[in-house]
Amino acid sequence: MPINYYIFLSIALFVIGIVGVLTRRNAIIIFMCIELMLNAVNLMLVAFSKMHHLAKGATDATAGIDGQLFVFFIMVVAAAEVSVGLAIIVMMYRNIHSVDVNFLNRLKH
Amino acid sequence: MNITQILFWFLSALTVFSALMVVVSKNPVYSVLWLIFTFFCISGHYIMLNAQFLFIVNIIVYAGAIMVLFLFVIMLMNLNQSSEPKKHRWLRMAGVVAGGCLLLVLVAALKNIDIKKQVAETNTGDIGLIGNLGKVLFNQYVVPFEISSILFLSAMVGTVVIGKKE
Repeated sequence: MPINYYIFLSIALFVIGIVGVLTRRNAIIIFMCIELMLNAVNLMLVAFSKMHHLAKGATDATAGIDGQLFVFFIMVVAAAEVSVGLAIIVMMYRNIHSVDVNFLNRLKH
Repeated sequence: MNITQILFWFLSALTVFSALMVVVSKNPVYSVLWLIFTFFCISGHYIMLNAQFLFIVNIIVYAGAIMVLFLFVIMLMNLNQSSEPKKHRWLRMAGVVAGGCLLLVLVAALKNIDIKKQVAETNTGDIGLIGNLGKVLFNQYVVPFEISSILFLSAMVGTVVIGKKE
């Protein structure tokens, strides 16, 4: 498939994630939209790695393999991030009995 | 249109639709289920690009582990749809307009790039197989791989410390 289709698909997914972060107030949904943005970037990296492999694969057999390894590392970091973030959300729910991010503005004072 | 193109358009439409449903759904449990569906669609894209290792890891780690964690937390909190107050209408509209502006700018900037004639190879190429990825991972990238284990350890310790009742 032409690479620009993948670029536009990833942009669409990324923008949907951003709109979700901007319009929702539930902290869990905001967190899920961040996961969606990470996945858009992952899809883009895999598509670029396959494009690079097609262009340079004749001379270098491992061309483009770095992109897929980066996706692997992004998944590793995302798993660690989700565990800590959900622990923070559970803690927030225990303290203020809500997951509404607007209640967090008391951190300012 | 051959079968690859049909599959690509079908999967893309399904991905964008389910991603939209994640944002639009009122009930957080429905959002989680739509997000799992989105991840399966993205895994379908990976298998079309012949990235088999990432296909399996995406299903196991994202759809299997991370989303189940989300579901556990939501069910632990007993959220229902009436508990979430809506943002103000103008604020929501401003968010959608800001996202649309970003989409417009990115698409306009990338519409006429000269990379357009390049093609991402589908159904062929063996760089996504687990053997080839493992060889590079454990030779070139062995230090980041070990550091990520330390990251996991610190995440575990941090989760326990944060989640502990004092």
